[in-house]
Amino acid sequence: MTDEKEMRQVMAQTLTKIAEKDDRIVLLDADLMSCHATKCFKEAHPDRFINVGIAEANMVGIAAGMSAFGKIPFVFSFAPFATRRCYDQIFISVAYAKRNVKIVGSDPGVVAEANGGTHMPFEDMAIMRAIPHMVCFEPTDAAMMEKAIPQIIEYPGAVYTRMFRKKAEQIFDDSLDFKLGKAIEIKDGKDVTLIASGIMVDRAVKAADILKEQGVDAKVINMHTWKPLDVEAIKAAAKKTGAIVTCENHNVRCGLGSAVAEVVVEECPVPIKMVGVQDEFGQVGKNAYLSEVYHLTTQDIVDAALAVIKKK
Amino acid sequence: MEQKQLDSLTAKARQLRNDAMEIMMHFGSGHVGGVMSVMDALTVIYYAKANIDPKNPAKVDRDRVVMSKGHAGPALYAVLADLGYFPQEWKATLNQNGTNLPSHCDMNKTPGIDMTAGSLGQGISAAVGMALAAKLDKNPATIYCIIGDGEAQEGQIWEATMFAGSHKLDNFILMLDNNKMQLDGWTKDINDLGPVADKWASFGFYVQDIDGHDMAAISDAIDNAKSKNGGKPSMIILNTVKGKGAKYAEEKVFCHNLPITEEIYKNETGRE
Repeated sequence: MTDEKEMRQVMAQTLTKIAEKDDRIVLLDADLMSCHATKCFKEAHPDRFINVGIAEANMVGIAAGMSAFGKIPFVFSFAPFATRRCYDQIFISVAYAKRNVKIVGSDPGVVAEANGGTHMPFEDMAIMRAIPHMVCFEPTDAAMMEKAIPQIIEYPGAVYTRMFRKKAEQIFDDSLDFKLGKAIEIKDGKDVTLIASGIMVDRAVKAADILKEQGVDAKVINMHTWKPLDVEAIKAAAKKTGAIVTCENHNVRCGLGSAVAEVVVEECPVPIKMVGVQDEFGQVGKNAYLSEVYHLTTQDIVDAALAVIKKK
Repeated sequence: MEQKQLDSLTAKARQLRNDAMEIMMHFGSGHVGGVMSVMDALTVIYYAKANIDPKNPAKVDRDRVVMSKGHAGPALYAVLADLGYFPQEWKATLNQNGTNLPSHCDMNKTPGIDMTAGSLGQGISAAVGMALAAKLDKNPATIYCIIGDGEAQEGQIWEATMFAGSHKLDNFILMLDNNKMQLDGWTKDINDLGPVADKWASFGFYVQDIDGHDMAAISDAIDNAKSKNGGKPSMIILNTVKGKGAKYAEEKVFCHNLPITEEIYKNETGRE
């Protein structure tokens, strides 16, 4: 079932509402206001909405300076431009300078669709994860997004949110007990653990259903926060199921697969298979087509699970 | 400004140059050229113009100084130590293990530093963000930002300049330490900045083009930047000499980063 609300609407409307009571919140965009549905924020808080124009490096620097005045700036752009384009500014002016800036990168990986290879980052979480103390978060659906925003605001430091702009498959409802940095077990199982993020969570849940029909009992974990990683959840899953499949709409090199493997090889060695982009650039195409091209489908997860179980 | 105060500022700048050399001497080398060239402007800002309180470094309505050319850290450390932001003993610790005085400015380590800088082109954007936030808060702070002429080759300088001009940030005073040199040679030979006054004027700045070692001119320019800006951000072009006041550096001409021994320090300062 697809959520009724787009992720960007939830982000923009929630921020607009919180900003009514919290005048520290400011929103900056680099000429993509229309793409991020932030007009509601602009109308409600015109002084605190700053469209810097097409200048991401300057946007990040301005945000860092505003945070030195106690503001909590949210900066928006497409994920490649919110991260790769202004990496040194994020690294030095935000992270190294310990500035409380929240970075939102939209349309990560294959959901960039028709914008193609220039706009389709499979490396945004990798490079953001390499910045010390940067929180790296990929919301799964609208319900999670809504619960995450107050926690992102409350966290006293830089956070990168990798946001699918449009309607995500609904995994959770309002009863979701969400904590940034704490993985969510969607389904318990004993034979293999599927650790998924973003659009891959829905596919992992469906893969678990198919695996069940084949007599395989898969645990499904939503690892929405790639950093800090929920090490205890990974250790417990490795111990219980003895095999792991990671599922990400991102390059497995330095991505979620790598992050999980870092924990597993040190703490609890078990076989791992990584479903994700295998060191490739993006290209134009529909999500469904690109998911076939890059082997991100439900069937790819099923195949990886069956293969990794054989290695136990 | 009265002659007496000008004389006092001139003497203070001499002392601060000596202090900065002392700081760099303890490490054995430093960005002597750019530290010396900017010292007169820093002296006027900190000792005659800026609303600051060393006893209360976090004062909300204080003026901010962003050293975007972050490698001039030792120039600021000389000032901040003299004003009592931190103990004088720290001056001997530049770049030493565990120091609070790194070669490039760090707001989280050094009391009185308003922004971390060192990756060139970035401090100016943060300063613009501060000017914007001050306007939002109706905070009377003036935001000073010092960039280098070599630094102005960074594209981000022009992104920030365009934004400050476009948003009429008249609480923003940008200064160009125009010492005409960069690490590898003359700026005009490497990537010529061209007519800097015209450039900033065309971006919507109120521009003043002065001798960056003339205390009266610096003082007047800052006053003008506050009172005659016509609702625009200000650019004060400080025409400076790299290494100014350190004879061995001036004679060497290309003096971006130099060794500074105890002997050099004593020769230059007359101190024992």
